Amino acid sequence: MATLSVALTGNPNTGKTTIFNNLTGARQKIGNWPGVTVDKKVGYVNHNDRAISVIDLPGTYSINARSAEEQIVIDYLLNEKPEIVVNVLDASSLERNLFLTLQLLECGIPVILDLNMMDEAKKRGLTINVKEMEAQFGMPVVETVAKDHKSIKKLMDVFTEKALCNYHPSDLIEEHIAKVKEISNNNKDQVEEEIIELRYALIDNIMGKIVKKSGTSNSITEKIDHIFANGFLALPVLFAIIYMLFEITFDWIGQPMADFVDGFIGDTLTPWAQEILADLEVADWLQSLLVDGVIAGVGGVVTFVPLIFTLFFCLSFLDGTGYMARVAFIMDPVMRRTGLTGKGVMPLIMGFGCAVPAIMGARALDSEKDRRIAMLVTPFLTCGAKLPVMALFAALFFPDDATNVVFSIYVAGVIAAIVMAKVLNSTTFKSEESTFLLELPPYRFPDMKTVLLETWDKGKGFLVKAGTIIFAMSIVIWFLSNYNFSGPAEMEESFLATIGAAVANLFVFHGFDTWEAGAAVITGILAKEAVVATMGVLYGVADVAEDATEAAQQMQSTIGTSFTSLSAYAFMIFIALYTPCMTALGTIKKEFSSWKWTLFSAGYTFVVAWVVSLVIYQVGKLLGFGA
Amino acid sequence: MIGGIEMTLNDVQPGSTVKIEGLENSSIKSRLMSMGLIKGTTVKVLRSAPMGDPMAISVRSYNLALRVADAKNIMVSVL
Repeated sequence: MATLSVALTGNPNTGKTTIFNNLTGARQKIGNWPGVTVDKKVGYVNHNDRAISVIDLPGTYSINARSAEEQIVIDYLLNEKPEIVVNVLDASSLERNLFLTLQLLECGIPVILDLNMMDEAKKRGLTINVKEMEAQFGMPVVETVAKDHKSIKKLMDVFTEKALCNYHPSDLIEEHIAKVKEISNNNKDQVEEEIIELRYALIDNIMGKIVKKSGTSNSITEKIDHIFANGFLALPVLFAIIYMLFEITFDWIGQPMADFVDGFIGDTLTPWAQEILADLEVADWLQSLLVDGVIAGVGGVVTFVPLIFTLFFCLSFLDGTGYMARVAFIMDPVMRRTGLTGKGVMPLIMGFGCAVPAIMGARALDSEKDRRIAMLVTPFLTCGAKLPVMALFAALFFPDDATNVVFSIYVAGVIAAIVMAKVLNSTTFKSEESTFLLELPPYRFPDMKTVLLETWDKGKGFLVKAGTIIFAMSIVIWFLSNYNFSGPAEMEESFLATIGAAVANLFVFHGFDTWEAGAAVITGILAKEAVVATMGVLYGVADVAEDATEAAQQMQSTIGTSFTSLSAYAFMIFIALYTPCMTALGTIKKEFSSWKWTLFSAGYTFVVAWVVSLVIYQVGKLLGFGA
Repeated sequence: MIGGIEMTLNDVQPGSTVKIEGLENSSIKSRLMSMGLIKGTTVKVLRSAPMGDPMAISVRSYNLALRVADAKNIMVSVL
């Protein structure tokens, strides 16, 4: 039998993606819809000897083609004609959810009505008469609790047992559709508004017949929001949560895991590789290439993979709780001054993990202007790949204040992003009004499967990068730093020294005009992690990614002479703000579909970094920090 | 006005419940309506964000955040 095609549709925050993840598990492919950069998620599952393909359509409140997401949903349903369309409904806020249902039925699309989050609805004192609901709509109704395997199985039973083409809308719905058609044919001004009112009138009518409310409980969400989104406590709570996020990522989980991976590379893998290579009597240059180039370079990045996975895990977890919407709610007035809306906070926060998903996440914003500004300012944030550079330099030059110094770099990135958003908003982009309309979903304990799948999906990008770009880069840097036109050379006379020295001319007034720093700046455009790898190779530390303090001790003797603490700080600021890495630029190119904007992004960030770093160094010197 | 004094949604005290009497034309009027804010709907004002804007309301069993500027376009009457 041919594969059964199933499409999931529904409002945001209905648990649709959780159902998708629990239906298909890890058997899913995440790509892009053609032409736009909205996630296209397809998964596969077998049930009752039937192969089923499931597509998770973007969550939308309506299908009026107001946004790329809405366009995708309606185009897919009308053109691809999946055999089963599931309309996932949040049973605890059915009224608004049924709006989309009516629109789907008006388009002649029969749907399975999936009453999800039945557990929450019951807690709220809601009883839904499923039989009556089926009669009212003429469509099959299933009750589910997305995290519960039994209900997922029940849902799949419905897929394989019910042929949706046998279902027809009830007379009530048919009547409604006829009325909508009639209104649409009257070429009046307010057709859309009239139809909206008609839909809600029908929903109110149906709700009265199928839902019984017993008592109104003051929900937990209200109690939490009373503190988290209200009054003077909201901001400290927000900062505390973000601080916790970093504490967990860097101090509690990420760093010990990073140390573990690093210990393995430094104490086990490197000696083992050296031994084997020596036993095989491999040429010295190849030994050096593999150990000093590849293992040191790639190892330096792999060490930070646990950090990045932890950060993505925390961000996905927070997203799953519903707190991210509160962040947008709280920060909207601030973001508005920059010309963005509170929603812009979410991609920006992701920018602390990696600019690439953050740039892609900007598509969730409402207007083209918002998306462009968010994409252009996100790279200022200190992403996971810049962190190793910051950690290393902080440990080297500010051993007593490392956390505060790194924190200040994060703050500098945020300020640069906000200021530049403002500047871009008032100069480059015509000031069109942006609006802010955001659902504040109930607080929930996130579905761990969804959190883990999201973490894996985003984190694996780093693994791929380590395996490809960084691998190639390590070899190139090793070559450039060990050779010149006359063959093998000392590092001071290598290609890299020549290139680095040329670049260093740009930083004469920044205090870091050494060829090593110049070389690191160049490689950092290819990938930010490479700054550390380059420094490691250049300053002759075999495994630079050793826990930052230890690496600092090893490098102290060599690097300590090239930087003062002030010039080191100026260097950190420069690295934090300058041109995004190739991968991020590639993403910007893809999103903007414009080389002009991509080059602009590469150039203006360099200028901003150059100026800010210069000011910090010169002002610092005036204030007497230069020693 | 039947039922009570007419005002706009942004003037409603947190904790009060009001009824929507109508929406002024604006660029997001139809979006607001799609989200369930139509004439006759009851709305409870929950709170303002810490910086006074946006505001959170409860409408049709869910919570929605909107800016004060948009709330000014929603006329309501006290129940």
